Amino acid sequence: MSDHETTDTATDDSGDSTRPTFEAAEYADGTVTYPAHTVSPNGAERVDTVDLSDRAARVVTWTTSTATPPGVREPNTLAIVEFEMGDDYDGPPVRALGQVASREDAHGDAVADGDVDVAIGDRVEPVYADDLREPGAGIREPESQEWDGFRFRPLA
Amino acid sequence: MERVAIIGASMTQFGQRDAWVRELLAEAGAAALDDAGIDGDDLDHLYVSNMASGEFEGQTGVPNALAHDLAATPAYTARIDQTSSSGGAGVYAAWQSIASGASDLTMLVGGEKMTHRTTAEATDVIASLTHPVEYKHGVTLPSFAGLTARLYLDEYDAPRESLGKVAVKNHKNGVDNPHAQFQKEVDLDTVLDSPVVADPLRLYDFCPITDGSAALVFCPESVAAEYVPEDQYAVVSGIGGATDTHVVHERADPTTMGGVADSSDIAYEMAGIAPDDVDVAELHDMFTILEFLQSEDLGFFEKGEGWKAVEEGVTDRDGDLPINTSGGLKSKGHPLGASGVAQVYEIYQQVTGNAGPRQVDADTGLACNVGGFGNCVTTTVLEASQ
Repeated sequence: MSDHETTDTATDDSGDSTRPTFEAAEYADGTVTYPAHTVSPNGAERVDTVDLSDRAARVVTWTTSTATPPGVREPNTLAIVEFEMGDDYDGPPVRALGQVASREDAHGDAVADGDVDVAIGDRVEPVYADDLREPGAGIREPESQEWDGFRFRPLA
Repeated sequence: MERVAIIGASMTQFGQRDAWVRELLAEAGAAALDDAGIDGDDLDHLYVSNMASGEFEGQTGVPNALAHDLAATPAYTARIDQTSSSGGAGVYAAWQSIASGASDLTMLVGGEKMTHRTTAEATDVIASLTHPVEYKHGVTLPSFAGLTARLYLDEYDAPRESLGKVAVKNHKNGVDNPHAQFQKEVDLDTVLDSPVVADPLRLYDFCPITDGSAALVFCPESVAAEYVPEDQYAVVSGIGGATDTHVVHERADPTTMGGVADSSDIAYEMAGIAPDDVDVAELHDMFTILEFLQSEDLGFFEKGEGWKAVEEGVTDRDGDLPINTSGGLKSKGHPLGASGVAQVYEIYQQVTGNAGPRQVDADTGLACNVGGFGNCVTTTVLEASQ
């Protein structure tokens, strides 16, 4: 997996190899970062990956952007979230920035939405989306990166 | 190491201009040469601060074009791109060229042509500095500002109105800057009622999209008086550059700009001063929240207290520490590659006593130029020559 890729697929108990994963990097010093870097903030080498797709997170902060670039939903509610890494993890916070999905998204599909209800401290879960924005509509070369990934849906 | 002086400066009208980037750069460059009383062929080095002339208008190779237009060949040229802090990075490069002895006379010209693009297109060019995992979510620099402003207001119990007062102050200062894009005051109600751009921030919390250029001429302090009267040059007494994480959400405290703190530590130490020795400052108020963050991380105010300084008038032009007497990026405009150069232009005018109606009592001034959302920072300290 290259540094700029976010998602991959994994094989679950049923043998389904199409389930997308939300890959963070783990380093020799125990640190986990999202996205992955060549070395940890302390310079330790990468040793493994951690799938964040099944982990809940808390909203650190959020905004709704109304002036969005080409190919991006409008409005676009974004949040920085901090993952619940468990008691065994004592590294720096593991966070991600991503679009917020609406609470009404009952089928688990991330949808473009204009009325997102979210607040600092809310618990959220990652929900997969095939295209977070339209590849090629903006300045970045479509082949240079992945365009799928995870939105964050507030939990009841 | 040579002490470095600034002996000439200029800036063009900022705003919506018919001129393209080559013409903007030449306009500022010719005016700065004239201000210093030198010709293009006197220059050893010529630097151009520019973020994205290739992306904005399909014009690359601008330093060489400028050298030709100003008859500065065979001067050594280079383009300095450090996104929104290209200007500050250019000041660093120009200072380095003189301090190291590589050049006896260097000119820096910063410029950008942006207004022919739609807001969405310009926003996307700027957002292209973000990491792929950020870019695919449609993040923009204004949305980083909205995210950070919400957290700051929540953590420090700051009223939303305090951000609006930054805009009111800087627009008021811009009225007296003939080069500013907006020379018009705004009241707090107008700011707070303007359209939402990145909640909780509204239109008047953001700088405009701008065309413009600014230039500075540098030489060793030991020969500065050969070019201009002794009270008409300024000394670059301290300068520091630093970086923070590329990925914004990986910072330990999203309301702290580590690059500002680190670069200013270097600049203060070089200048042999402390934050309270600064008489006037130009900060990178691309968004109103950035004036709070920088004023705290530069050590002017305690963490979480920057908003109180604005509320109490400390940073007004007649306050104890005037901030953004030029009108800041907010009122003056933000032609990316020019902004860091124009910040130092304002401090140069202040410490040489040439700021006209914007003049404050200042022997020592500071400019803080920020790229990305605090990703790259240059802090420059200027002192009066006498």
